Amino acid sequence: MDFGLSQDQEMLCDAISRTLADTCPLDHVRECAEGSVPFSDNVRSALGEIGIWGMMVPEQHDGLGMTMLDAAAVAEQLGYAVAPVPFIGAHVLAPLALAQGGSEELKAHWLPRIAKGEAQIAVAIAETVEIRDRAGVDFDGAKLDGTALFALDFLEADAFLVADTAGRMHFVAGDAAGLEKVALKTIDRTRSVGELRFSGVAGEALADDGGATVRRLRDAGRVLLAADSLGAGQAMIEKAVDYAGQREQFGRVIGSFQAVKHMCAEMAARHEPCRSLVWYAAHAFDATPDEASLVACHAKSHTGEVHRFVARTSTEVHGGMGFTDLLGLHFWFKRIGFDRQVLGGPEAVRAEAAALQGWTQVA
Amino acid sequence: MDLDYGPQYDVFREEVRQFLQTHGHRAPDGQGRAARPSPEAVEWQKLLILHGYTARTIPKEYGGYGAEPDILKSRIIAEEFSRAGIPAGLANQGISMLVPTLLELGTEAQKRQWIEPTLNGEIVWCQGYSEPGAGSDLAALKTSARVENGDFVINGQKIWTSTAKQADMIFCLVRTEPDAPKHGGISYLIFSMDTPGIEVRPLKTMTGHAEFNETFFTDLRVPLDQIVGQRGQGWYVANATLGHERGMLGDPDALENRLQALVRLMQKERIGQGCAMDNAVLRDRLVALQAEVAAMKFNGMRILSNSLRGDAGGMAKLVVKLQSCELAHQISALAIDAMGEMGILYHGSEREREDGAWQWNYMFQLGLIIGGGTAQIQKNIIAERGLEMPREPKFATPPAAEQATAVASGQNKGAA
Repeated sequence: MDFGLSQDQEMLCDAISRTLADTCPLDHVRECAEGSVPFSDNVRSALGEIGIWGMMVPEQHDGLGMTMLDAAAVAEQLGYAVAPVPFIGAHVLAPLALAQGGSEELKAHWLPRIAKGEAQIAVAIAETVEIRDRAGVDFDGAKLDGTALFALDFLEADAFLVADTAGRMHFVAGDAAGLEKVALKTIDRTRSVGELRFSGVAGEALADDGGATVRRLRDAGRVLLAADSLGAGQAMIEKAVDYAGQREQFGRVIGSFQAVKHMCAEMAARHEPCRSLVWYAAHAFDATPDEASLVACHAKSHTGEVHRFVARTSTEVHGGMGFTDLLGLHFWFKRIGFDRQVLGGPEAVRAEAAALQGWTQVA
Repeated sequence: MDLDYGPQYDVFREEVRQFLQTHGHRAPDGQGRAARPSPEAVEWQKLLILHGYTARTIPKEYGGYGAEPDILKSRIIAEEFSRAGIPAGLANQGISMLVPTLLELGTEAQKRQWIEPTLNGEIVWCQGYSEPGAGSDLAALKTSARVENGDFVINGQKIWTSTAKQADMIFCLVRTEPDAPKHGGISYLIFSMDTPGIEVRPLKTMTGHAEFNETFFTDLRVPLDQIVGQRGQGWYVANATLGHERGMLGDPDALENRLQALVRLMQKERIGQGCAMDNAVLRDRLVALQAEVAAMKFNGMRILSNSLRGDAGGMAKLVVKLQSCELAHQISALAIDAMGEMGILYHGSEREREDGAWQWNYMFQLGLIIGGGTAQIQKNIIAERGLEMPREPKFATPPAAEQATAVASGQNKGAA
């Protein structure tokens, strides 16, 4: 019995945390966020040396074949540092989709490149959660038509993996004829999402497994968004506690006022159990697939709620400074806001959790 | 991450299941919270001790089972009893608070005299800690014990003494050294509730029931040797057990059971042609609570795993009382909302659901949020010990008292 991260996982976290502390200070995050493409070459290559880009690529394709709990531990560190690098889409969902349903040619070509950090495939599955603005991509057996929103790790992607309205994944080359790409600008300038417009685009359909792959991708994405939010929330709590321990008003540090102390305690009290929930959800993805979808829903929706509270409360503890651009606290605030909405806000995800338990008809 | 307890534990779990299957029917039902254990409950308790399913690590010579501490086995016992819906051993304040205190700080004679009958349920204890003027600031207690002709003579008032009516004995904090700094003048006494000079008055709460009492002491005489630890050390003696009470208030199995009861209620409670579960808003709230219960359950597994490694619980443990009590309260609140107008039925009304249990719980759980260290005290503890935030500046406190406060700060408590 050992509930938690293994020694190896803790060492991995330490390595990433040190690398990010060296290569990804706030000034650098700001620089990237203000550029046209958020992704930082420096951070990418530094993290590449630890080998994380291939962590979810199977070993026979030059990856490390690691677990979702490993990936969650990494996502938490990335969230903690608001690291401007592609990860959830390009380095977890894309290799998972290819490994599960891709042809041998696709796997042989793309997986080693993903592992080396030389290729970036964006993943678009938003419409399998909720249809907005009548989006959705139809597959007529040969061509793709329609729109896919919120492709993850979008800018500079070499190719795309997109879900059709029947829940089947398709590989589409970045320069495919009939494909139009439009970046979507979000509150979170440390990440990149975009819109894909298809008019008669020829892609390569992945195996038709009745939506099983899409379901796994959704679960994985939710666990990792929750893990990212966990890291960002942890950072916001630490920053609030530090600030409250330094800032003086009325002749004493504000952290000695119970009103401020209780704000911090509430953040910590709500945040701390999230860690176990996220770890368990990641572990369930690896070890107990029957309950994986439900706990992924719980992790996603609950961290979404808790960290919205943490994000606003930490900002309030910082007073007027928290509201400024100068302090940069908003990068974490926005990262948490992104994590909450993507792949389903809490209400959508909870509705799915209810349906999974037979508590409701699927709408 | 390894959630397997290992093969030797699977064998143990099977043993527990076998026991429950064979003997489960002998378990008493409906042990009321404030009631003295029935003869059946005492028999059941003795059977559990004999098999090591309660009082497991308490030495044999004091009436326990005498096993080596094994956190996983204790956890398996709790899990299996909870799953079977069969009451585990008695969980009164004598067993959860006095026994650990005696084991740690009692004299040999005290251990031999009190532990076994307490474990068996033959002696019921109540706790005399809180006073009307000493709740969160427990160390401000005023009940006095002066020495006179070889006895302590006690005068004062205690409040929140649950089971005082049924109790044989009380463990009680009194001020024996009125001139010492506030934390240094307290002693921990044990005495019979039949001692002349005790008056117990039921304390009716908002639930309409008297789950607690007020206990008055007038010139009560207690022999000098009925003290646990040294004179003036009572604060530290009592603190040795407060952790046990907090642990008791945050049982993840209990939350899980409450949530399952809520699910059944929402599936059963009719609204028009459908049921409460068909209402999207109620359902959304239910799933949100389910996620929180899951988080607390896994948080409990993390604490368990930490203690197997010999780590203190850290932040994961500090948050349990605050979060679990609030969550239990929210579960009851949703049940009431799911019942709509039916939710207000109480006092044995026509059409009342489950004997008004959800309303009773909703109110009583608010008491639990306040008692055992209020939510606000819990937040101080989380902030000061968990987040290492600065303590409240203290004004006009004599230096000696300051020192004592620093040692024991935060170990305040509200209700007994």
